[in-house]
This record gives sequence, C-alpha cells and structure tokens, in this order.
Amino acid sequence: MNQLVAVVIDGLIYSSWLFIIAVGLTLIYGVMKILNIAHGSLYALGAYSAAALAGYWINQGHAPMGSYAVMLLAAILVGLVAGPVIERGLLRFMYGKDEIVLVLVTYAVFLILEDFIKLTWGVDPYFLYQPYGLLGSFDVGDLTYPVYNLVLFGAAVLIGVTLAWVLTRTRRGKMLVAVIHDREMAAAMGINVGLVYFVTFTVGAMLGAVGGALTAPMISVQPGIGAETIVLAFAVVVIGGLGSLPGAALAAILVGLVRSAAVHYRPELDLFAIYFVMAVVLIMRPKGLFSVPEARKI
Amino acid sequence: MDGNLFRPLKTVAAVLAGVALTMVCASGHAQDKPIRIGLVTFLSGPAAGPFGVPAKIAAEAIVESLNAGRAPAPYNKKGFGGTPLELTIVDEAGGATKQVTELRNLVERQNVDFVIGYISSGDCLAVAPVAEELKTLTILFDCGTPRVFEEAGYKYVFRTRSHATMDAVAGALYLLENRPAVKSFAGINQNYAWGQDSWADFTAVMETLKPESEITSSQMPKFGAGQYGPEISALLQTNSDVIHSSLWGGDLEAFMLQATPRGLFNRSQLVLVAGEPYLHRLAGNMPDGTIVGARGPNGVYAQKSALNDWLRQIYKERAEIYPNYPAYSVAMAFLGLKAAYEKARGAGGAPATDEVIKAFEFLNFDSPAGKVMMKLGKGHQAVTGTAYGTTRTVNGQVTVGNIKYYPLERVQPPEGVKSLDWIKAGMKPGKW
Repeated sequence: MNQLVAVVIDGLIYSSWLFIIAVGLTLIYGVMKILNIAHGSLYALGAYSAAALAGYWINQGHAPMGSYAVMLLAAILVGLVAGPVIERGLLRFMYGKDEIVLVLVTYAVFLILEDFIKLTWGVDPYFLYQPYGLLGSFDVGDLTYPVYNLVLFGAAVLIGVTLAWVLTRTRRGKMLVAVIHDREMAAAMGINVGLVYFVTFTVGAMLGAVGGALTAPMISVQPGIGAETIVLAFAVVVIGGLGSLPGAALAAILVGLVRSAAVHYRPELDLFAIYFVMAVVLIMRPKGLFSVPEARKI
Repeated sequence: MDGNLFRPLKTVAAVLAGVALTMVCASGHAQDKPIRIGLVTFLSGPAAGPFGVPAKIAAEAIVESLNAGRAPAPYNKKGFGGTPLELTIVDEAGGATKQVTELRNLVERQNVDFVIGYISSGDCLAVAPVAEELKTLTILFDCGTPRVFEEAGYKYVFRTRSHATMDAVAGALYLLENRPAVKSFAGINQNYAWGQDSWADFTAVMETLKPESEITSSQMPKFGAGQYGPEISALLQTNSDVIHSSLWGGDLEAFMLQATPRGLFNRSQLVLVAGEPYLHRLAGNMPDGTIVGARGPNGVYAQKSALNDWLRQIYKERAEIYPNYPAYSVAMAFLGLKAAYEKARGAGGAPATDEVIKAFEFLNFDSPAGKVMMKLGKGHQAVTGTAYGTTRTVNGQVTVGNIKYYPLERVQPPEGVKSLDWIKAGMKPGKW
C-alpha cells in the first residue's frame, strides 16, 4: 500500500484523538478564560470510570455491545458530578482574579483529583480491551485497522460539528458567544453569566471525561495518564489559538499528520514532531492559528 | 535570698540528671534498636503497578518473615544477625532530582542504616554519587543500566541484580536458536536510556551473530506515548521476521492492546525482553509464541528451591498472585545484605558499615532465583545467568514453555570490558 495513504489514515486517527482530548479545554478557555489543568484529571476520571463500569458490565455477562453505552454513561456521570462540584465549589469564588491564579487553582484541583484516583482505584492498571476489537476490523491495502478507530473519528467529527452548530445556530450558543466577547456587556444585556459559566464548565468537564472513556479501550488505564494527556492537549490548544474551536481542529490535524509522517519516514523525529509544529506556528502567529486581534480597553 | 541563690544550681542539677537518665535509657534501648532500612520504590506513576508495588509488597513480606525467623537456611536467623528490621518506604516517583533529596532525607533526617531501592536507571545514576558522599550503604535493586559500574567505581553502592546487557544478549541468542532463518528485524523501544541501550545491544548481537539480517525499522516513541497507531502501521509495512521490544508498564500494555487486533504478531515474531510481569495481565492479548524474558531466572523462570518456595508463599499470602521479577530483585537485595551483614558480624556485635561493605564485596549468596555472585564492579555488581521462554495459553492463562537457561559467561561481559565492546568482539565467554 502507498505509504502516503497510511500516513494520512494514521494521522487522521491520531488527530481525532487529539481533538477529542483538547476540545473541552479550548471551550472552557474560550468562554471562561481559565486554563484548566484539571482537564487532565477529568480525562483520567473518565477513563477510570469507563474501565471500571464497562469492565463490570462485561464481567457480569451482559451483552458486550452494551459496554459502549456504559462507557458513555460513565463519562457523562463524571462530567455531571465533577464539573458542578469544581465550578460551584471552587472556581466561582475565583472569577475576576488574575488568569495565573486560576491556573494555580486548577493545578491544585488536578493534584487533588490525581490522589483521589489513586485512593479510589489504586495503582494497578485497569484494562477494558474488549470494546476495541468488538466491532471487527477493516483493511486498507495491506494494513488492518480496528473499526473502533472509525468510531473515534466519527466521535471527533460529531463533537466538533455539534459544538459549532450550537455556538453559531442556536440562541443559547449566541448568548455564549456574547459572553466570550464581552462578559460585562453580556451581563448588562441580561444574560446570566454565572449560569453560562456553570454550563460551559460542566460541558467541558464532560468532554474531557468522554475523551478518557473513548481512550480507555486502547490503553492501560493507570495513574499518570492525565498528566501525559494535558501536555498534549495544551500543545494542540496553543497551536490552534487559545479558545478557538476551529483552531483546535486544525491544530489536531496538523499535529496528527506531522507526527504520523515522522513515524513513517523519520522515526527518530517522532519525539520532536508536535513541538516542531508548535514552534513553527508560534513563530509565524504568536497567538496561534485562529487567534483574533484583541481590542485594548482604555 | 539563699533559696534564690541556689535555684540556678538546682535547675542545672535537674537538667544534668535528666540528661543522664535519658542517656541511660537510650543505651538501654540501643540493644534492641532495629536496623532501619530505607526502601525506595515507585508507589505512584506508570511504574507503580507492574514494578513498584510488587517490590513494596515483597519487601514488606520479606521483612516480616525475616524478623520472625521464618526464612529457610541460611537466612533463618531473625532479622539481620538477631536484630529486627524496620522499613521506611519512600515513593520513587518525581524524577532524579527529587530522589537525590529523598535520599538525603532518608539518611540525614530519618537516620536509616541502609538504603535498598531504585527501579529507574536515571535514578540509579543520580543517587549513586550521593550515596557515596553520604557514606551510606545503598543497594540498587532493580535498575538495569550497565553504566553505573562501567563508567564509575563506588565504595558504598552495590547492585544485587545483573545489569541489562544480558536481557538483549540472551533474547537474541534464544531467537536465533529457535528461528535461525531470521532475515529481518525491527524494534519498538521507549526513547530514553533503557530503550535505546536495549535496542543498541540487540542490534549489536544480531549484527555479530547474524550479519546478513537486515534492520528494517527502529521505532522510538516517547515514554508514556499511549497511542501507537502510526508505529504499528510502520511496523506492519516492514513485514519483518522479528520485532524486538523493551517496552514496559502501561506502554507495553497499550502497545499489545492496539497491535494484537491489527494482526502485527501474525506477521512478525515478537521478542519482549522485559515481558514477564505482564503474562497474567495480558491474557487474551499476549499471542502464543511470544519470546519473553524476565531479566534473570526470575518469576516463572525461577527454579524450584526452598528459597523460591518461601518467596512464592509469603508473596502470595499478601498479593494473592505469585511474585514477578521485581519481587525477586528486591529479595536478592535483602538476602544479599543479610548475608553480608551476618558475615561481617560473625560472633561479635553490630558491625560497622565498612565491615559490612568488606563482607559484601565479591560475596556469593543464594537467592530465590539461584546463585548470585558479586563479581563485577570490583565486587559491587552482581552477575547471574538468565532464562528465556515462549508463551503459550493454557486454560485462558498465559504461561511459558520451551524454557532455556543461559549461564552468566554466555550473556555477560567480564570485568573491565564494556558491554557493547564485548558484543562486537564476538561475546567470548569470560573467566569467572
């Protein structure tokens, strides 16, 4: 098979994963101007919850196909519980403070959640490998790919399209965009900014957890996966422009394709690939691909 | 007035009496004072599950059994020479800089007598000079880099397991004995010291013993990468006869989960030089016929003996599974130190650190994995033979068959010869 085709397929699959883990982070930053380091822990919580609940489901002898629904349910539960607890219990007291303070606060949450995960699930890895092979596989030339990779690709497209539609085509989405552009003016126009923040953070937390749940069948779910992931997610979000949804999508595609090309043609450059993209983009556009000029308030 | 004059004298006398009493009490306690051992192992992070926690469980079980005098001969004296042991456990996570600080804390604030620890090669290289500076007998129990004693000499540092060269050498020997027609091979290894060294050793052995074989690809994902889609595609496209891998922990498990459904191991023979701890965990995702090493004759490769039965029993009582190679590594460290301590103690009292060091150098001692000889690094680096086998699934459990044992002279360079130089010179058996 043409190696170029393999590069593109592998790149797009990796891009899908990158977009899924980064989209919640960029959404929260876009609306709330919070660099949510705890996003890594929400991803890990999603992965652990999915592995534990879907693993239990399968071990109890239920239909393995049902494990996909259980995984999704686990991620939604994590988002619905952790999101409001963090936002209502902590972050709302910090609004208006410097961005760096909020970074430190979310870092503290990250550390607490990492220990919570260890206390809850221990340090032994969890496996949920069944859903990865359950849907069978398909061949492209002489390469075999699990159909699950298509699920990942489909999930990334669905999440991206849904968010774009909500933000641009619905009344509530337009209210949210108004808050993004000018919080004070939006509040003056009668938008409940507190509610917008609450909903945004909860949805962002849910997206982080969905990323973890969708990844769980492909990896060994173990302590530390959140830290590894948040670094990649940050890189994607920074390349795309903080808070930009299309930016995150384009950055994920760029990074995925460059990394895939590096692995296929020059494996020794794999380690450097994502940071190479980051360096080139930031040299040309210091605020990322889709950054918008900011008006300075006098 | 007189009372006021003598009050300071009374106070001084009371303080002196108190100090004297404390000293008497302290000397009384000194006779029962346990030997304090600092254990450094991963309790968090990716290495905790497969290595760190099994090592901790083994250490606790061994200390409890030694203190009760329940270990088989020649280790059946309670504690070390009758003195009980006390463990202080420290998490190895956090990187080399943190471990240097932790070692200073263990020695200077927690006053441990000996340190047993370190799974990461990077941590071993960082703490060895510091242990030397602190003059504290430190045993490296699991890290594999040969550089510790090939590039430096230490008085206070020992390593009671063989270095990693034999993992790659024996893996290649086993492969060529069982598949002599190998024409091409590829590798997937983590991009840091362990992965790079293992790949360098393996390719050097193949170039020496099978010079016509072709290297088709060397994949070096970063540690903790997690996603291996492009790497698996690249390996599939090489159609290599063999894939060598020193991946471990979550990286190995993720690679196996992703590569098995894609049929990579239907095309290529897999050689896992550090795969033994995952046999029971990867049931269903470890293809039959995988060549697996245990970094010595450990775990499933340990031969029957009273010491092996003892370790298996005390470990299973705590962990409900049989021990894997990190548990054997930790057992070697404790039993080596006990043998040296008791040899130094003889019929006398507690030996000084220098006496224990003298007794430890060039010591031969028995372990659950067989005989251990402190032959390299001027008597500070252990040598053992090793073993390899091939996986097969029986009743849903992954086990190994076709086991082959390699004596140490076939898989280890002799004293004073660097590993790669020895391999490139044809791996002539040294004199031991």
